Amino acid sequence: MSDATMTPLLSVRDLKVAFEGEGGTREVLHGVSLDVYPGQTVAIVGESGSGKSTTASAVIGLLPGTGHVTAGSITLDGRELTDLSQTQFESVRGRDIGYVPQDPMSNLNPVWSIGFQVKEAIRANGIATGRKEVEKRAIEVLKQAGLADAERRLHQYPHQFSGGMRQRALIGIGLAADPKLLIADEPTSALDVTVQRVILDHMASLTRERGTSVLLITHDLGLAAERADTIVVMNQGEIVESGPSREILENPQHPYTQRLVAAAPSIASQRIQAKVEDRGILRESDIDAPATVKVTDLVKEYKIRQGGFRSEQFRAVDGVSFEIPRGKTLALVGESGSGKSTIAKMVLKLEDPTSGSIEVDGVNTGKLSAKDTFNLRRRMQPVFQDPYGSLDPLRSIGNLIAEPLNIHKVGDNASRRARVEELLEQVALPQELASRYPNELSGGQRQRVAIARALALKPDILVLDEAVSALDVLVQAQILQLLAELQSELGLTYLFITHDLAVVRVAADLVCVMERGKLVEQGTVDEIFAQPSQEYTQRLLDAIPGASLSLGGA
Amino acid sequence: MSSSQFPAPHYVAPIKTETISVDAVRVAARKSNLWLDAWRDLRRRPTFWIALVVMAIVILMAAFPMLFTQVPPDNDCQLSNSNGGPTAGHILGFTFQGCDTFSRIVWGARTSLSVGLLATAIGTIIGLIMGALSGFYGGWLDAVISRVGDIFFSIPYILAAIVVMSVFSQYRNVFTLAFAIGGFAWASTARVVRAEVLRVRQADYVAASQALGQSRFRTLLTHVIPNAIAPLLVVTTISLAAAIVAEATLSFLGVGLGGSTMSWGNDISQAQQSLRIAPMALIWPSIALTVTVLAFILLGELIRDAIDPRARARR
Amino acid sequence: MLGYILRRLLQVLPVFFGATLLIYFMVFAMPGDPILGLFGDKTPAPQVVEALRAQYHLDQPFIVQYFLYLGGIFQGDLGTTFSGQSVNEVLARTLPVTARLAVMALAIEFVLAVVVGTISAIRKGKLFDNVALIVALLFVALPIFVACFLAQYFLAIQLGWFRPTVGAQNNWGDLLLPAIVLGFSLFATSMRLMRGSVIDTLNQDWVRTAYSKGLSRRRVIPVHVLRNSLIPVITNSATNFGVLLVGATVTEGIFNIPGVGNTLYQATIRGEGPTVVSFVTVFVIIYVLVNLVVDLLYGLLDPRIRYVK
Repeated sequence: MSDATMTPLLSVRDLKVAFEGEGGTREVLHGVSLDVYPGQTVAIVGESGSGKSTTASAVIGLLPGTGHVTAGSITLDGRELTDLSQTQFESVRGRDIGYVPQDPMSNLNPVWSIGFQVKEAIRANGIATGRKEVEKRAIEVLKQAGLADAERRLHQYPHQFSGGMRQRALIGIGLAADPKLLIADEPTSALDVTVQRVILDHMASLTRERGTSVLLITHDLGLAAERADTIVVMNQGEIVESGPSREILENPQHPYTQRLVAAAPSIASQRIQAKVEDRGILRESDIDAPATVKVTDLVKEYKIRQGGFRSEQFRAVDGVSFEIPRGKTLALVGESGSGKSTIAKMVLKLEDPTSGSIEVDGVNTGKLSAKDTFNLRRRMQPVFQDPYGSLDPLRSIGNLIAEPLNIHKVGDNASRRARVEELLEQVALPQELASRYPNELSGGQRQRVAIARALALKPDILVLDEAVSALDVLVQAQILQLLAELQSELGLTYLFITHDLAVVRVAADLVCVMERGKLVEQGTVDEIFAQPSQEYTQRLLDAIPGASLSLGGA
Repeated sequence: MSSSQFPAPHYVAPIKTETISVDAVRVAARKSNLWLDAWRDLRRRPTFWIALVVMAIVILMAAFPMLFTQVPPDNDCQLSNSNGGPTAGHILGFTFQGCDTFSRIVWGARTSLSVGLLATAIGTIIGLIMGALSGFYGGWLDAVISRVGDIFFSIPYILAAIVVMSVFSQYRNVFTLAFAIGGFAWASTARVVRAEVLRVRQADYVAASQALGQSRFRTLLTHVIPNAIAPLLVVTTISLAAAIVAEATLSFLGVGLGGSTMSWGNDISQAQQSLRIAPMALIWPSIALTVTVLAFILLGELIRDAIDPRARARR
Repeated sequence: MLGYILRRLLQVLPVFFGATLLIYFMVFAMPGDPILGLFGDKTPAPQVVEALRAQYHLDQPFIVQYFLYLGGIFQGDLGTTFSGQSVNEVLARTLPVTARLAVMALAIEFVLAVVVGTISAIRKGKLFDNVALIVALLFVALPIFVACFLAQYFLAIQLGWFRPTVGAQNNWGDLLLPAIVLGFSLFATSMRLMRGSVIDTLNQDWVRTAYSKGLSRRRVIPVHVLRNSLIPVITNSATNFGVLLVGATVTEGIFNIPGVGNTLYQATIRGEGPTVVSFVTVFVIIYVLVNLVVDLLYGLLDPRIRYVK
């Protein structure tokens, strides 16, 4: 098949999109051009605000709010889409272009059954008519999407499905009319890692079978490289680089792409893997520092009310033991419901364990008096996940950072001000921010403030509960680097909670893998990555996007 | 994965000379938090100032009635003036009993505002305490307070006030009336506060504060309540309007402050018998009442828009 | 669903008992002679006083009094009015009238709120929305009795479109003016709520997904927007019903409609305490029942309540 005879299915040329706001018109896409050929999967990669979702929305004609196309063209199979009326676009949507959205819960109407929502897609696109036919097709769609027991599932409601099942239903709906192009906007970001891989594999096989072109939107470069033939990298409304996936990863030309490739955890972890294979595996016995935090047989049970008067005991944490050596980082890894956050709360004494002990430098934290607990808190501080919820929006930044000093009555006003200045410098934030409010900061900047606050009392231990999970890739890398520097400068010990094994590779020394409250495997990061002994660990490792790519050397 | 079957040139955008900085801090020209932004939004709206002016006039009338009218409170009603039209010194004419309409309106403001403010204060304070405690501490405290609130909520507060004032017929004064209204209206305020406290309680900054060793009660006072009162401000403004209407309605029904007290509700009640021949005696106090209430409700709506969570979550 | 129904029924009981206890408490646990207090500055005939004392069992301890009173209610004996008629008799006569008024007013309110609210939301910020907002605020601010008088004066007396008072002849057509006044005074809050609800729903992800399936606007708005938007409006209609009861009292009084509200109105104006207490109790019972029905309706509308995982 020669290049010359292939015409693109989707052709975007110099697309410009703008929004109307209070301050006038704001252009968000500054001339985007790309091609998708029949049967090809193209991934658009970018951070938030890059314009990747906006491009996808423009193609399907569903720009939110006041968004509109100001210039350029979008052609599908030769047909120009930018000058279509809404009614004309209706016949294109569903039939020619299918759409799979990101968040499966909010994208299904909670008051109608799944079957209802599948059937209306079928009827609207003329796939079948008449009740029986439509019902038959709906069952087929769900079956093909991988949902067992499709007949029964038709009558159930979205909240009765799990996240993975809902996403399968959405993929089924998107492909129901056998469109030529499927737009998948971060289709698995809201799902657990192991579920992600299964769903993406399934979606890939479906599209491969039917020869559907796929436009995949994602923030994860590793995932893009694994699933797409071509990668398009966007930044701030423009395409900075595009080309075959391998080439982009192995030979990025644009500085932005280079930074992305350097920072993406899934790819970075591959690189480190390669290095380790050269120098040899670091084992637990090689680490020679005393244990700062020692957790023994920790158990946490909750009473769950089962409606009526019955209640059930639920074991969130089931007999977990580990040690964190001084100055090192131990990562607790697991999917949602694994109990890792509960452990963090118990270590921080925000909750009491049902049984088991936690020792900090040999002192059992469960048996302390109120006064001693108060003093203990000076030595352990948290940094939480949600940057938009961890800072009181009504306090100034300086006030927020100084709060620990105020509560523990450290120093006087002058010395507290000086300490705030010192801390702002340590986290690389300008001094003027001290009188400003969290409102004005981005997510990464807020996390830096949270870190500064955590360091105010000169603690020995930081508990980082998914502290970088909500951040964009480059910002995430920046914060991880900051944390690494602070660790070596100040001799800090980290308990690092995360669901992302790739980040663990980059950021941690030791790992504990958790599944449903139980500690499944632990060891140094090298050991776990090179020689996992448990099946669950292997599954988590396989689920890292890009795991199937073998990227030798940086 | 074969990448050679599709034409895929390696395109690189022209590289700009400025380096792309990651997450640069841009300190904005003006400070910004919820209240600062809300204030900036409000002050540029003309309706905000109109409402404020109307409220100021009414408050002035209530506090210093002699500024507006020379006619004394037990004003000399002469039946000979009954239903008379406007004359010099009596710009709005006379009521059925020959009292000066305008002066009754001015003095009526004091009644409406004093009952309104007191009733709202009672309702808001009780509602705030109940809602905050039940939302923050949860458990059995929440169950008990919510149940009690439900009970009070199930009696529409004006009906309850009718019963109370009917029973307390010997004690008709501003305080009993205010308690009758506020003592039942607190339930809806408590629900609003509770919902907001529940939302704020889940935020990480509450957990961070606990991790620092701050007592839960202090956290409630210093972190939770300040962040939860924004909707309460809207509810309070609207409650004030509702309390003023309640006082007028109860006076109209004869269970307010008593027949001779100057209240807009009383005036309207007395003017109804001569509605056909002298409608203005009813319409003037109606206008006074409606305009006053409208000003407060307008203010409440404006504040609600100014503190809208969509603007609040501006990132 | 059955579990939900049972739970709601269980929750109603303490509220019912609590509310009636509260009313009874307010009246009878006061210092001084409660019976005389109920009459204010009137002097009732001694026989009436004796009858009331017997009826309210005033020689017994308070709690016993309350339960005897409650027992009476359950047996259908709601007491007697000031003029000696049995409350049941009065109710039988007046309840149908009030029911007609209420149904008309609620229908007017509901239709206006849904239609105006939806259009305002879709045309947010445009002329229709702004005008509707002003009209709504005006009606929220206008106290019900003022609205009644204005309607009476302008529409009935001046323009002669309706009869200014209703009186004994009170079929559906005669109740139209009071129903309109009552409906308009209620619709403002529901309309604003509907508007807010539709705006929120329009921004929901599932609406965009619906369009992406190739559905037309004609389908998406009623199916995916309206049904979801109605849920908060319907739950709010329970509280709105309390406003309706108060409004009906005033409206029936001013327009002289022989309904339950009018009885309460007359009793209040004349200072007839016992009647006031009896009829407020009736209203509270009705209100609690309506709340229960609305809650059950909400359970029907929202499957998340119906099918708990």
